[in-house]
Amino acid sequence: MSIFITLIKRDLNLAFRQGFDSLMVVAFFVIAVVLFPLGVGPEPNTLARIASGTIWVAALLSSMLSLERLFQTDYDDGSLELLALSPVALEITVLAKVTAHWLTTGLPLILTAPLLGVLMQLPNEGFMTLLIALALGTPTLSLIGAVGAALVLGSRRGGVLLSLLILPLYIPVLIFGVSAVEAALGDLATRPHLLILAGLLAATLALTPWAAAAALRQALE
Amino acid sequence: MTLFQGQGLVCVRGEHMVFRGLDFELSSGGALVLIGPNGAGKSSLLRLMAGLLKPYDGKLLWDGEDALDDFDEHGAHLHYVGHHDAVKAVLSVSENIKFWAELRGGGEDGIAEALATFDIKHLYDTPGQFLSAGQKRRVNLARIIAAPAPLWLLDEPTTALDKATIKRLEAAIQKHRDGGGMVVLSTHADVDMPGSEVLDVSRFATRNTAFDEQVMV
Repeated sequence: MSIFITLIKRDLNLAFRQGFDSLMVVAFFVIAVVLFPLGVGPEPNTLARIASGTIWVAALLSSMLSLERLFQTDYDDGSLELLALSPVALEITVLAKVTAHWLTTGLPLILTAPLLGVLMQLPNEGFMTLLIALALGTPTLSLIGAVGAALVLGSRRGGVLLSLLILPLYIPVLIFGVSAVEAALGDLATRPHLLILAGLLAATLALTPWAAAAALRQALE
Repeated sequence: MTLFQGQGLVCVRGEHMVFRGLDFELSSGGALVLIGPNGAGKSSLLRLMAGLLKPYDGKLLWDGEDALDDFDEHGAHLHYVGHHDAVKAVLSVSENIKFWAELRGGGEDGIAEALATFDIKHLYDTPGQFLSAGQKRRVNLARIIAAPAPLWLLDEPTTALDKATIKRLEAAIQKHRDGGGMVVLSTHADVDMPGSEVLDVSRFATRNTAFDEQVMV
């Protein structure tokens, strides 16, 4: 457990010192959402109707933005080999790196989302559900993204390939994330939608570290 | 007494067979020097010993048991120094070494010894981005002193090192072997290791014919 924390600390340390990754992700998130009122016009009813969908799509895209670097820098400078050779199981290392990634990208997204909800005229009943749904959904995005990031290691134009691999897998999170907020707005039960999001999180938590670790071993050969 | 063996190792990279039928044996206190021209497979053999590369055929044995059965356990047996120095630009020298030591349960004593061994105490707080190539290599080598492991796999460790540091490395290797450790080292330069065996990897090289034909033969 202490090794797990050591790994997370190192990645957080690196993220904060080399800079602007989290800031860039949040900035992209804000700009992407702000484009919608400019595009579809400031009519409050229209905005309120597309609010949850817009915020979720923007969150999906911005969480993907920093994924490429998840393993790439460690791969380039040889750290990944040493991490793979350490007595710590590579699966645990992957999980620690994903946790750090979520803390530096997913968490800031969740914190920014209410602000964008206001901008998008999201009715008051939707806010709480949006936050819960994002809290359950964004870790899933980071976990699925880790498999993609591990698979495209060492390939040129990894970034484009990564989005092609990962975005289709993000669809279930998008569907249930949006439908949870829609249910809250329509005064329906949000629990089933949130439970499915939680289920997706549990499933990816159990499966993706193994898949990503296997892909990393392949990349190191 | 630890025994590290390879039996009938075959290494395939892409479509080509790099070497085949390679045997080696190394026991506590032993050292093996890998020689051979560029592309003979020295680095591949070291990566194969580390478990980073899977042998196409043959066995890697640690105390008579298959070393590749448990990847993480085999990883705990060894330190690998490859072509990259794995020094993070934004972390200081001490933070870089400390991280790798902590992963293997190394403590403050080991880190102090590592800094002294390669004479990098004065760089303690220097961020990795301001280090020269030779200094980065020293940090990478200090990492393997900071937390002990019985087997050292060193791929051209003398690259970018000055003569004085090569002497320090030789002394560190001698100390490691005196304590029952094992060293496998590939080199083009001269590294003085008394009583070491020399393995010419090119002796096991196969001609550059297509891989399929070689398998058929």
